[in-house]
Amino acid sequence: MKKRYIILAAYLVLIMLPIYWMLNMSLRTNADIMARLVFIPTDITFGNYMKIFTDASWYSGYINSIIYVVLNTVICLVTALPAAYAFSRYSFIGDKHVFFWLLTNRMAPAAVFLLPFFQLYSTFNLIDTHIAVALAHCLFNLPLTVWILEGFISGVPREIDETAFIDGYKFPRFFFFVFIPLIRSGIGVAAFFCFMFSWVELLFARTLTTTAAKPIAAIMTRTVSASGLDWGLLAAAGILTIVPGALVIWFVRNYLAKGFALGRV
Amino acid sequence: MKKWQDNKGWLFILPVFIIVAFSAIIPLMTVVNYSIQDIFGPGQRIFVGTEWYKEVLTDQRLHDALWRQLLFSGLVLLIEMPLGIAIALTMPTKKGLGSSVCLVLIALPLLIPWNVIGTIWIIFTRPDIGLMGALINDMGWSFDHTASGLHAWITLMLMEVWHWTPLVILLAYAGLRSIPEAYYQAARIDGASAWAIFRYIQLPKMRGVLTIALLLRFMDSFLIYAEPFVLTGGGPGNATTFLSIYLVKIAVGQFDLGPAGAFSLIYFLIVLLFCYLFYQVLLNVGKGESS
Repeated sequence: MKKRYIILAAYLVLIMLPIYWMLNMSLRTNADIMARLVFIPTDITFGNYMKIFTDASWYSGYINSIIYVVLNTVICLVTALPAAYAFSRYSFIGDKHVFFWLLTNRMAPAAVFLLPFFQLYSTFNLIDTHIAVALAHCLFNLPLTVWILEGFISGVPREIDETAFIDGYKFPRFFFFVFIPLIRSGIGVAAFFCFMFSWVELLFARTLTTTAAKPIAAIMTRTVSASGLDWGLLAAAGILTIVPGALVIWFVRNYLAKGFALGRV
Repeated sequence: MKKWQDNKGWLFILPVFIIVAFSAIIPLMTVVNYSIQDIFGPGQRIFVGTEWYKEVLTDQRLHDALWRQLLFSGLVLLIEMPLGIAIALTMPTKKGLGSSVCLVLIALPLLIPWNVIGTIWIIFTRPDIGLMGALINDMGWSFDHTASGLHAWITLMLMEVWHWTPLVILLAYAGLRSIPEAYYQAARIDGASAWAIFRYIQLPKMRGVLTIALLLRFMDSFLIYAEPFVLTGGGPGNATTFLSIYLVKIAVGQFDLGPAGAFSLIYFLIVLLFCYLFYQVLLNVGKGESS
Protein backbone atom coordinates (compact mmCIF):
# COMPACT_ATOMS: atom_id res chain seq x y z
CA MET A 1 0.00 0.00 0.00
CA LYS A 2 2.83 2.38 0.91
CA LYS A 3 4.90 1.43 -2.11
CA ARG A 4 2.29 2.51 -4.64
CA TYR A 5 2.12 6.01 -3.21
CA ILE A 6 5.89 6.30 -3.53
CA ILE A 7 5.61 5.43 -7.24
CA LEU A 8 2.79 7.93 -7.66
CA ALA A 9 4.72 10.66 -5.85
CA ALA A 10 7.81 9.98 -7.98
CA TYR A 11 5.73 10.25 -11.14
CA LEU A 12 4.17 13.53 -9.99
CA VAL A 13 7.59 14.98 -9.21
CA LEU A 14 8.88 13.98 -12.66
CA ILE A 15 5.82 15.57 -14.30
CA MET A 16 6.30 18.80 -12.41
CA LEU A 17 10.07 19.05 -12.89
CA PRO A 18 10.11 20.50 -16.44
CA ILE A 19 7.33 22.96 -15.55
CA TYR A 20 9.17 23.96 -12.40
CA TRP A 21 12.36 24.47 -14.39
CA MET A 22 10.57 26.88 -16.72
CA LEU A 23 9.10 28.72 -13.73
CA ASN A 24 12.60 28.91 -12.28
CA MET A 25 13.95 30.41 -15.52
CA SER A 26 11.12 32.92 -15.74
CA LEU A 27 12.09 34.42 -12.39
CA ARG A 28 15.70 35.13 -13.35
CA THR A 29 17.48 37.53 -15.67
CA ASN A 30 19.00 36.21 -18.86
CA ALA A 31 22.53 36.92 -17.67
CA ASP A 32 21.86 34.93 -14.49
CA ILE A 33 20.44 32.02 -16.51
CA MET A 34 23.45 31.82 -18.78
CA ALA A 35 25.94 32.23 -15.94
CA ARG A 36 24.95 29.42 -13.59
CA LEU A 37 22.66 26.50 -13.00
CA VAL A 38 20.72 26.81 -9.76
CA PHE A 39 17.81 24.70 -8.64
CA ILE A 40 16.37 27.30 -6.30
CA PRO A 41 16.77 30.83 -7.65
CA THR A 42 18.15 33.33 -5.16
CA ASP A 43 17.88 36.70 -6.90
CA ILE A 44 14.24 36.51 -7.87
CA THR A 45 13.12 39.14 -10.35
CA PHE A 46 9.73 39.76 -11.90
CA GLY A 47 11.30 41.80 -14.70
CA ASN A 48 10.40 39.25 -17.38
CA TYR A 49 6.73 39.35 -16.41
CA MET A 50 6.78 43.12 -16.19
CA LYS A 51 8.16 43.33 -19.73
CA ILE A 52 5.37 41.11 -21.07
CA PHE A 53 2.69 43.12 -19.31
CA THR A 54 4.04 46.47 -20.51
CA ASP A 55 5.20 45.66 -24.07
CA ALA A 56 2.26 45.76 -26.50
CA SER A 57 3.83 43.33 -28.96
CA TRP A 58 3.79 40.73 -26.16
CA TYR A 59 0.56 41.26 -24.29
CA SER A 60 -1.46 41.83 -27.46
CA GLY A 61 -0.66 38.21 -28.27
CA TYR A 62 -2.52 37.10 -25.15
CA ILE A 63 -5.44 39.39 -25.93
CA ASN A 64 -5.64 38.06 -29.50
CA SER A 65 -5.54 34.47 -28.28
CA ILE A 66 -8.25 35.08 -25.71
CA ILE A 67 -10.49 36.85 -28.24
CA TYR A 68 -10.49 34.05 -30.79
CA VAL A 69 -10.69 31.34 -28.14
CA VAL A 70 -13.76 32.95 -26.57
CA LEU A 71 -15.34 33.52 -29.99
CA ASN A 72 -14.73 29.90 -30.83
CA THR A 73 -16.21 28.67 -27.55
CA VAL A 74 -19.35 30.77 -28.01
CA ILE A 75 -19.88 29.65 -31.61
CA CYS A 76 -19.36 26.02 -30.65
CA LEU A 77 -21.73 26.04 -27.68
CA VAL A 78 -24.54 27.95 -29.41
CA THR A 79 -24.60 25.73 -32.47
CA ALA A 80 -23.70 22.45 -30.80
CA LEU A 81 -26.42 22.51 -28.12
CA PRO A 82 -29.39 21.98 -30.44
CA ALA A 83 -27.37 19.57 -32.57
CA ALA A 84 -26.40 17.44 -29.58
CA TYR A 85 -30.03 17.46 -28.45
CA ALA A 86 -31.12 16.24 -31.88
CA PHE A 87 -28.51 13.47 -32.00
CA SER A 88 -29.52 12.32 -28.55
CA ARG A 89 -33.31 12.48 -28.91
CA TYR A 90 -34.27 12.04 -32.54
CA SER A 91 -33.48 9.47 -35.13
CA PHE A 92 -33.53 10.96 -38.60
CA ILE A 93 -32.26 10.17 -42.07
CA GLY A 94 -28.48 9.93 -42.06
CA ASP A 95 -28.02 10.75 -38.38
CA LYS A 96 -25.36 8.11 -37.80
CA HIS A 97 -23.46 9.11 -40.91
CA VAL A 98 -23.42 12.78 -39.96
CA PHE A 99 -22.31 11.87 -36.45
CA PHE A 100 -19.41 9.86 -37.85
CA TRP A 101 -18.56 12.56 -40.39
CA LEU A 102 -18.28 15.08 -37.54
CA LEU A 103 -15.86 12.79 -35.76
CA THR A 104 -13.65 12.47 -38.85
CA ASN A 105 -13.15 16.23 -38.73
CA ARG A 106 -11.97 16.09 -35.12
CA MET A 107 -9.34 13.59 -36.31
CA ALA A 108 -8.44 15.33 -39.56
CA PRO A 109 -4.76 16.21 -39.93
CA ALA A 110 -4.55 20.00 -39.59
CA ALA A 111 -1.66 20.08 -42.05
CA VAL A 112 -3.99 18.80 -44.80
CA PHE A 113 -6.33 21.75 -44.40
CA LEU A 114 -3.68 24.41 -44.11
CA LEU A 115 -3.38 25.66 -47.69
CA PRO A 116 -7.07 25.40 -48.62
CA PHE A 117 -7.94 27.30 -45.45
CA PHE A 118 -5.56 30.04 -46.38
CA GLN A 119 -7.11 30.28 -49.87
CA LEU A 120 -10.66 30.10 -48.58
CA TYR A 121 -10.21 32.80 -45.96
CA SER A 122 -8.28 34.99 -48.41
CA THR A 123 -11.26 34.82 -50.76
CA PHE A 124 -13.51 36.09 -47.98
CA ASN A 125 -10.93 38.69 -46.88
CA LEU A 126 -10.78 37.12 -43.46
CA ILE A 127 -7.03 36.58 -43.14
CA ASP A 128 -5.59 38.10 -39.98
CA THR A 129 -8.94 38.42 -38.23
CA HIS A 130 -9.95 36.73 -34.99
CA ILE A 131 -13.08 35.26 -36.54
CA ALA A 132 -10.97 33.38 -39.12
CA VAL A 133 -9.05 31.52 -36.43
CA ALA A 134 -12.24 30.94 -34.43
CA LEU A 135 -13.96 29.43 -37.47
CA ALA A 136 -10.93 27.33 -38.37
CA HIS A 137 -10.84 25.91 -34.84
CA CYS A 138 -14.50 24.97 -35.22
CA LEU A 139 -13.26 22.24 -37.55
CA PHE A 140 -12.16 20.14 -34.58
CA ASN A 141 -13.93 21.85 -31.67
CA LEU A 142 -17.51 21.68 -32.96
CA PRO A 143 -17.45 17.88 -33.36
CA LEU A 144 -15.88 17.62 -29.91
CA THR A 145 -18.57 19.83 -28.35
CA VAL A 146 -21.38 17.92 -30.06
CA TRP A 147 -19.95 14.61 -28.89
CA ILE A 148 -19.42 15.74 -25.28
CA LEU A 149 -22.86 17.36 -25.01
CA GLU A 150 -24.51 14.34 -26.60
CA GLY A 151 -22.95 12.21 -23.88
CA PHE A 152 -24.35 14.45 -21.14
CA ILE A 153 -27.78 14.87 -22.76
CA SER A 154 -28.18 11.13 -23.16
CA GLY A 155 -27.73 10.90 -19.41
CA VAL A 156 -30.97 12.85 -18.92
CA PRO A 157 -33.99 10.55 -19.20
CA ARG A 158 -36.33 11.28 -22.10
CA GLU A 159 -39.31 11.15 -19.73
CA ILE A 160 -38.36 14.64 -18.52
CA ASP A 161 -38.90 16.04 -22.01
CA GLU A 162 -42.15 14.15 -22.40
CA THR A 163 -43.50 15.31 -19.04
CA ALA A 164 -42.65 18.92 -19.85
CA PHE A 165 -44.45 18.73 -23.19
CA ILE A 166 -47.52 17.16 -21.53
CA ASP A 167 -47.43 19.99 -18.98
CA GLY A 168 -47.85 22.37 -21.91
CA TYR A 169 -44.32 23.70 -22.35
CA LYS A 170 -43.57 24.90 -25.87
CA PHE A 171 -40.23 23.65 -27.16
CA PRO A 172 -38.15 26.86 -26.90
CA ARG A 173 -39.37 27.55 -23.36
CA PHE A 174 -38.67 23.96 -22.36
CA PHE A 175 -35.23 24.00 -23.95
CA PHE A 176 -34.01 27.23 -22.40
CA PHE A 177 -35.65 27.14 -18.98
CA VAL A 178 -35.87 23.44 -18.17
CA PHE A 179 -33.37 21.57 -20.24
CA ILE A 180 -30.31 23.83 -20.29
CA PRO A 181 -30.28 24.22 -16.48
CA LEU A 182 -30.43 20.42 -16.26
CA ILE A 183 -27.23 19.92 -18.26
CA ARG A 184 -25.36 23.00 -17.10
CA SER A 185 -22.44 20.95 -15.79
CA GLY A 186 -22.16 19.35 -19.22
CA ILE A 187 -22.13 22.78 -20.85
CA GLY A 188 -19.38 23.88 -18.48
CA VAL A 189 -17.28 20.85 -19.33
CA ALA A 190 -17.82 21.32 -23.07
CA ALA A 191 -16.88 24.99 -22.78
CA PHE A 192 -13.71 24.05 -20.92
CA PHE A 193 -12.63 21.60 -23.60
CA CYS A 194 -13.43 24.06 -26.41
CA PHE A 195 -11.41 26.70 -24.65
CA MET A 196 -8.55 24.32 -24.07
CA PHE A 197 -8.22 22.77 -27.52
CA SER A 198 -8.48 26.19 -29.15
CA TRP A 199 -5.90 27.57 -26.71
CA VAL A 200 -3.30 24.86 -27.32
CA GLU A 201 -3.58 24.82 -31.12
CA LEU A 202 -0.78 26.46 -33.06
CA LEU A 203 -0.76 25.50 -36.74
CA PHE A 204 -4.00 27.19 -37.89
CA ALA A 205 -3.63 30.12 -35.53
CA ARG A 206 -0.17 30.85 -36.86
CA THR A 207 -0.99 30.41 -40.54
CA LEU A 208 -4.19 32.45 -40.65
CA THR A 209 -2.77 35.50 -38.90
CA THR A 210 -0.03 37.95 -39.76
CA THR A 211 -0.01 40.88 -37.35
CA ALA A 212 -3.35 42.14 -36.12
CA ALA A 213 -4.61 38.85 -34.68
CA LYS A 214 -1.35 37.07 -34.02
CA PRO A 215 -1.69 34.64 -31.10
CA ILE A 216 0.78 34.41 -28.25
CA ALA A 217 1.85 30.94 -29.42
CA ALA A 218 3.07 32.37 -32.72
CA ILE A 219 4.82 35.30 -31.07
CA MET A 220 6.71 32.80 -28.96
CA THR A 221 7.87 30.68 -31.91
CA ARG A 222 9.13 33.82 -33.60
CA THR A 223 11.25 34.57 -30.55
CA VAL A 224 12.64 31.04 -30.51
CA SER A 225 13.95 31.29 -34.04
CA ALA A 226 15.61 34.65 -33.44
CA SER A 227 19.29 34.30 -32.60
CA GLY A 228 19.94 36.38 -29.51
CA LEU A 229 16.99 35.17 -27.56
CA ASP A 230 16.04 35.95 -24.03
CA TRP A 231 15.39 32.67 -22.20
CA GLY A 232 13.91 34.31 -19.14
CA LEU A 233 11.37 36.23 -21.19
CA LEU A 234 10.47 33.13 -23.21
CA ALA A 235 9.97 31.12 -20.01
CA ALA A 236 7.79 33.83 -18.49
CA ALA A 237 5.63 33.92 -21.63
CA GLY A 238 5.34 30.14 -21.46
CA ILE A 239 4.32 30.15 -17.80
CA LEU A 240 1.62 32.73 -18.54
CA THR A 241 0.11 30.45 -21.21
CA ILE A 242 -0.30 27.67 -18.64
CA VAL A 243 -2.13 29.88 -16.13
CA PRO A 244 -5.63 29.95 -17.70
CA GLY A 245 -5.84 26.16 -17.95
CA ALA A 246 -4.39 25.65 -14.49
CA LEU A 247 -6.96 28.03 -12.97
CA VAL A 248 -10.08 26.28 -14.25
CA ILE A 249 -8.97 22.65 -14.36
CA TRP A 250 -10.08 22.16 -10.73
CA PHE A 251 -13.73 22.64 -11.67
CA VAL A 252 -13.76 19.96 -14.33
CA ARG A 253 -11.45 17.47 -12.63
CA ASN A 254 -14.09 14.73 -12.46
CA TYR A 255 -14.99 15.09 -16.14
CA LEU A 256 -11.49 15.20 -17.63
CA ALA A 257 -11.60 11.60 -18.84
CA LYS A 258 -15.03 12.14 -20.36
CA GLY A 259 -13.90 15.23 -22.23
CA PHE A 260 -10.73 13.73 -23.62
CA ALA A 261 -12.65 10.63 -24.73
CA LEU A 262 -15.12 12.84 -26.65
CA GLY A 263 -18.03 12.50 -24.28
CA ARG A 264 -17.85 8.74 -23.95
CA VAL A 265 -16.65 6.71 -20.92
CA MET B 1 -32.73 4.58 -25.27
CA LYS B 2 -35.45 4.64 -27.91
CA LYS B 3 -35.48 7.82 -29.95
CA TRP B 4 -38.24 9.81 -31.60
CA GLN B 5 -38.45 9.12 -35.30
CA ASP B 6 -38.48 12.65 -36.70
CA ASN B 7 -36.62 14.28 -39.54
CA LYS B 8 -36.89 17.70 -37.93
CA GLY B 9 -33.71 16.66 -36.17
CA TRP B 10 -32.01 18.00 -39.29
CA LEU B 11 -33.18 21.51 -38.41
CA PHE B 12 -31.34 21.27 -35.11
CA ILE B 13 -28.08 20.12 -36.61
CA LEU B 14 -28.19 22.52 -39.55
CA PRO B 15 -25.97 25.25 -38.01
CA VAL B 16 -23.29 22.74 -37.05
CA PHE B 17 -23.58 21.11 -40.45
CA ILE B 18 -23.12 24.42 -42.28
CA ILE B 19 -20.11 25.55 -40.23
CA VAL B 20 -18.31 22.24 -40.41
CA ALA B 21 -19.13 21.88 -44.10
CA PHE B 22 -17.69 25.34 -44.71
CA SER B 23 -14.46 24.46 -42.96
CA ALA B 24 -14.24 20.82 -44.04
CA ILE B 25 -15.91 20.08 -47.37
CA ILE B 26 -14.80 23.17 -49.30
CA PRO B 27 -11.13 22.81 -48.24
CA LEU B 28 -11.22 19.08 -48.93
CA MET B 29 -12.53 19.68 -52.45
CA THR B 30 -9.77 22.26 -52.93
CA VAL B 31 -7.26 19.59 -51.99
CA VAL B 32 -8.83 17.21 -54.50
CA ASN B 33 -8.46 19.94 -57.09
CA TYR B 34 -4.78 20.40 -56.31
CA SER B 35 -4.14 16.70 -56.48
CA ILE B 36 -5.34 16.16 -60.04
CA GLN B 37 -4.15 19.35 -61.70
CA ASP B 38 -0.89 21.12 -62.41
CA ILE B 39 -1.39 24.72 -61.32
CA PHE B 40 0.90 27.43 -62.69
CA GLY B 41 -1.07 30.46 -61.62
CA PRO B 42 -4.57 31.90 -61.58
CA GLY B 43 -6.49 30.45 -64.52
CA GLN B 44 -3.50 28.45 -65.76
CA ARG B 45 -3.95 24.82 -64.96
CA ILE B 46 -3.91 21.51 -66.76
CA PHE B 47 -5.50 18.25 -65.77
CA VAL B 48 -2.86 15.67 -65.00
CA GLY B 49 -4.96 12.82 -63.66
CA THR B 50 -3.18 10.49 -61.27
CA GLU B 51 0.32 11.73 -62.03
CA TRP B 52 0.83 13.38 -58.62
CA TYR B 53 -0.36 10.27 -56.89
CA LYS B 54 2.24 8.21 -58.76
CA GLU B 55 4.91 10.74 -57.87
CA VAL B 56 3.95 10.82 -54.22
CA LEU B 57 3.63 7.06 -53.86
CA THR B 58 7.15 6.56 -55.22
CA ASP B 59 8.71 9.44 -53.27
CA GLN B 60 11.50 7.93 -51.21
CA ARG B 61 11.45 10.75 -48.64
CA LEU B 62 7.74 10.22 -48.10
CA HIS B 63 8.33 6.53 -47.48
CA ASP B 64 11.01 7.43 -44.96
CA ALA B 65 8.68 9.87 -43.25
CA LEU B 66 5.92 7.24 -43.12
CA TRP B 67 8.18 4.58 -41.56
CA ARG B 68 9.54 7.14 -39.12
CA GLN B 69 5.97 8.08 -38.23
CA LEU B 70 4.90 4.46 -37.71
CA LEU B 71 7.96 3.76 -35.59
CA PHE B 72 7.26 6.85 -33.53
CA SER B 73 3.58 6.05 -33.00
CA GLY B 74 4.41 2.43 -32.19
CA LEU B 75 7.03 3.38 -29.60
CA VAL B 76 4.70 5.97 -28.09
CA LEU B 77 1.94 3.39 -27.61
CA LEU B 78 4.38 0.80 -26.28
CA ILE B 79 5.58 3.16 -23.55
CA GLU B 80 2.48 5.18 -22.75
CA MET B 81 -0.11 2.42 -22.45
CA PRO B 82 1.61 0.27 -19.77
CA LEU B 83 2.92 3.33 -17.94
CA GLY B 84 -0.51 4.94 -17.94
CA ILE B 85 -2.20 1.81 -16.60
CA ALA B 86 0.47 1.37 -13.94
CA ILE B 87 0.15 4.94 -12.68
CA ALA B 88 -3.65 4.74 -12.74
CA LEU B 89 -3.42 1.67 -10.48
CA THR B 90 -1.40 3.64 -7.92
CA MET B 91 -3.94 6.47 -7.70
CA PRO B 92 -5.99 6.76 -4.49
CA THR B 93 -9.24 4.85 -4.96
CA LYS B 94 -11.38 6.91 -2.61
CA LYS B 95 -12.94 10.14 -3.76
CA GLY B 96 -11.45 13.01 -1.83
CA LEU B 97 -8.94 15.80 -1.75
CA GLY B 98 -6.00 13.47 -2.38
CA SER B 99 -7.34 11.98 -5.59
CA SER B 100 -8.56 15.39 -6.80
CA VAL B 101 -5.15 16.99 -6.35
CA CYS B 102 -3.51 14.02 -8.08
CA LEU B 103 -5.93 14.29 -11.01
CA VAL B 104 -5.31 18.00 -11.45
CA LEU B 105 -1.51 17.69 -11.26
CA ILE B 106 -1.46 14.73 -13.63
CA ALA B 107 -3.67 16.50 -16.18
CA LEU B 108 -1.64 19.70 -16.16
CA PRO B 109 0.62 18.83 -19.14
CA LEU B 110 -2.48 18.28 -21.29
CA LEU B 111 -3.50 21.92 -20.92
CA ILE B 112 -0.25 23.48 -22.04
CA PRO B 113 -0.16 24.91 -25.59
CA TRP B 114 1.66 22.48 -27.86
CA ASN B 115 4.41 24.86 -28.84
CA VAL B 116 5.03 25.76 -25.20
CA ILE B 117 5.54 22.02 -24.59
CA GLY B 118 8.37 22.23 -27.11
CA THR B 119 9.73 25.34 -25.41
CA ILE B 120 9.61 23.70 -21.98
CA TRP B 121 11.65 20.77 -23.26
CA ILE B 122 14.15 22.96 -25.08
CA ILE B 123 14.75 24.81 -21.84
CA PHE B 124 14.85 21.56 -19.87
CA THR B 125 17.25 19.63 -22.10
CA ARG B 126 19.67 22.23 -23.41
CA PRO B 127 23.19 21.33 -22.35
CA ASP B 128 24.01 24.86 -21.20
CA ILE B 129 20.91 25.99 -19.30
CA GLY B 130 18.71 22.89 -18.98
CA LEU B 131 18.49 20.84 -15.82
CA MET B 132 18.34 17.50 -17.62
CA GLY B 133 20.82 18.42 -20.34
CA ALA B 134 23.34 19.70 -17.81
CA LEU B 135 22.94 16.67 -15.54
CA ILE B 136 23.51 14.23 -18.40
CA ASN B 137 26.49 16.15 -19.65
CA ASP B 138 27.93 16.25 -16.13
CA MET B 139 27.73 12.47 -16.08
CA GLY B 140 30.08 12.43 -19.02
CA TRP B 141 27.75 11.84 -21.97
CA SER B 142 27.41 14.66 -24.42
CA PHE B 143 23.72 15.15 -25.02
CA ASP B 144 22.46 17.64 -27.57
CA HIS B 145 19.19 17.18 -29.43
CA THR B 146 20.17 19.67 -32.10
CA ALA B 147 23.23 17.72 -33.16
CA SER B 148 22.36 14.04 -32.95
CA GLY B 149 19.32 12.35 -34.48
CA LEU B 150 19.24 9.77 -31.72
CA HIS B 151 19.26 12.43 -29.02
CA ALA B 152 16.52 14.33 -30.83
CA TRP B 153 14.45 11.13 -30.82
CA ILE B 154 15.08 10.50 -27.13
CA THR B 155 14.05 14.05 -26.28
CA LEU B 156 10.95 13.79 -28.47
CA MET B 157 9.91 10.49 -26.92
CA LEU B 158 10.40 11.88 -23.41
CA MET B 159 8.38 14.93 -24.34
CA GLU B 160 5.60 12.89 -25.91
CA VAL B 161 5.42 10.51 -22.95
CA TRP B 162 5.44 13.44 -20.54
CA HIS B 163 2.74 15.22 -22.51
CA TRP B 164 0.27 12.46 -23.30
CA THR B 165 0.63 9.67 -20.72
CA PRO B 166 -1.78 11.71 -18.52
CA LEU B 167 -4.52 11.01 -21.07
CA VAL B 168 -4.05 7.25 -20.68
CA ILE B 169 -3.95 7.64 -16.90
CA LEU B 170 -7.19 9.66 -16.84
CA LEU B 171 -9.04 7.17 -19.01
CA ALA B 172 -7.73 4.10 -17.19
CA TYR B 173 -8.57 5.74 -13.86
CA ALA B 174 -12.12 6.47 -15.03
CA GLY B 175 -12.40 2.80 -15.99
CA LEU B 176 -11.10 1.64 -12.61
CA ARG B 177 -13.50 3.88 -10.72
CA SER B 178 -16.47 2.27 -12.47
CA ILE B 179 -15.74 -1.16 -10.95
CA PRO B 180 -18.18 -1.90 -8.10
CA GLU B 181 -16.65 -2.56 -4.70
CA ALA B 182 -18.49 -5.91 -4.59
CA TYR B 183 -16.10 -7.33 -7.20
CA TYR B 184 -13.12 -6.68 -4.93
CA GLN B 185 -14.93 -8.12 -1.91
CA ALA B 186 -15.68 -11.30 -3.84
CA ALA B 187 -12.04 -11.49 -4.93
CA ARG B 188 -10.86 -11.06 -1.34
CA ILE B 189 -13.11 -13.90 -0.17
CA ASP B 190 -11.65 -16.11 -2.89
CA GLY B 191 -8.15 -15.09 -1.76
CA ALA B 192 -7.20 -13.71 -5.16
CA SER B 193 -3.69 -12.28 -5.60
CA ALA B 194 -3.13 -8.70 -6.71
CA TRP B 195 -2.12 -9.97 -10.14
CA ALA B 196 -5.28 -12.09 -10.41
CA ILE B 197 -7.42 -9.10 -9.49
CA PHE B 198 -5.70 -7.05 -12.16
CA ARG B 199 -5.87 -9.76 -14.80
CA TYR B 200 -9.41 -10.99 -14.25
CA ILE B 201 -11.28 -7.98 -12.86
CA GLN B 202 -9.55 -4.68 -13.60
CA LEU B 203 -8.18 -5.34 -17.07
CA PRO B 204 -11.44 -6.71 -18.55
CA LYS B 205 -13.39 -3.85 -16.99
CA MET B 206 -10.99 -1.31 -18.48
CA ARG B 207 -11.13 -2.81 -21.96
CA GLY B 208 -13.46 -0.16 -23.39
CA VAL B 209 -11.61 2.89 -22.09
CA LEU B 210 -8.23 1.39 -22.95
CA THR B 211 -9.30 0.82 -26.54
CA ILE B 212 -10.37 4.46 -26.70
CA ALA B 213 -7.03 5.53 -25.22
CA LEU B 214 -5.14 3.32 -27.68
CA LEU B 215 -6.88 4.70 -30.75
CA LEU B 216 -6.77 8.32 -29.54
CA ARG B 217 -3.09 8.07 -28.79
CA PHE B 218 -2.38 6.39 -32.11
CA MET B 219 -4.21 9.04 -34.10
CA ASP B 220 -2.90 12.04 -32.21
CA SER B 221 0.68 10.81 -32.37
CA PHE B 222 0.17 10.07 -36.05
CA LEU B 223 -0.75 13.73 -36.60
CA ILE B 224 1.97 15.24 -34.41
CA TYR B 225 3.24 18.57 -35.67
CA ALA B 226 3.81 21.42 -33.23
CA GLU B 227 6.09 19.72 -30.70
CA PRO B 228 8.78 18.41 -33.08
CA PHE B 229 8.42 21.59 -35.14
CA VAL B 230 9.35 23.74 -32.15
CA LEU B 231 11.93 21.34 -30.71
CA THR B 232 13.91 20.40 -33.82
CA GLY B 233 12.08 21.73 -36.88
CA GLY B 234 12.27 18.20 -38.32
CA GLY B 235 16.03 17.93 -37.94
CA PRO B 236 18.82 17.28 -37.44
CA GLY B 237 18.85 16.32 -41.12
CA ASN B 238 15.52 14.60 -41.59
CA ALA B 239 15.69 12.59 -38.37
CA THR B 240 12.41 13.88 -36.93
CA THR B 241 10.55 14.78 -40.13
CA PHE B 242 7.20 13.14 -39.52
CA LEU B 243 4.29 13.05 -41.97
CA SER B 244 2.71 16.36 -40.93
CA ILE B 245 6.03 18.17 -40.92
CA TYR B 246 6.93 16.80 -44.34
CA LEU B 247 3.51 17.76 -45.69
CA VAL B 248 3.83 21.33 -44.47
CA LYS B 249 7.33 21.46 -45.92
CA ILE B 250 6.04 20.47 -49.37
CA ALA B 251 2.89 22.58 -49.24
CA VAL B 252 4.06 25.80 -47.62
CA GLY B 253 7.83 25.59 -47.93
CA GLN B 254 8.15 24.48 -51.56
CA PHE B 255 4.59 25.35 -52.62
CA ASP B 256 4.24 22.13 -54.64
CA LEU B 257 0.47 22.10 -54.60
CA GLY B 258 -0.03 18.97 -56.72
CA PRO B 259 2.08 16.52 -54.72
CA ALA B 260 0.94 18.15 -51.49
CA GLY B 261 -2.70 17.63 -52.46
CA ALA B 262 -2.19 14.00 -53.40
CA PHE B 263 -0.18 13.39 -50.24
CA SER B 264 -2.90 15.07 -48.16
CA LEU B 265 -5.64 12.82 -49.50
CA ILE B 266 -3.64 9.66 -48.91
CA TYR B 267 -2.81 10.86 -45.40
CA PHE B 268 -6.45 11.67 -44.73
CA LEU B 269 -7.60 8.26 -45.94
CA ILE B 270 -5.24 6.48 -43.54
CA VAL B 271 -6.56 8.59 -40.65
CA LEU B 272 -10.14 7.97 -41.77
CA LEU B 273 -9.63 4.23 -41.60
CA PHE B 274 -8.54 4.41 -37.96
CA CYS B 275 -11.29 6.91 -37.27
CA TYR B 276 -13.87 4.35 -38.36
CA LEU B 277 -12.41 1.76 -35.99
CA PHE B 278 -12.51 4.36 -33.24
CA TYR B 279 -16.17 5.15 -33.99
CA GLN B 280 -17.16 1.50 -33.72
CA VAL B 281 -15.43 1.24 -30.35
CA LEU B 282 -17.03 4.45 -29.04
CA LEU B 283 -20.51 3.27 -29.97
CA ASN B 284 -20.00 0.00 -28.13
CA VAL B 285 -18.43 1.35 -24.94
CA GLY B 286 -20.64 0.53 -22.01
CA LYS B 287 -22.57 -2.13 -23.89
CA GLY B 288 -21.48 -5.75 -23.52
CA GLU B 289 -18.50 -4.81 -21.39
CA SER B 290 -19.55 -7.03 -18.54
CA SER B 291 -17.75 -10.09 -19.89
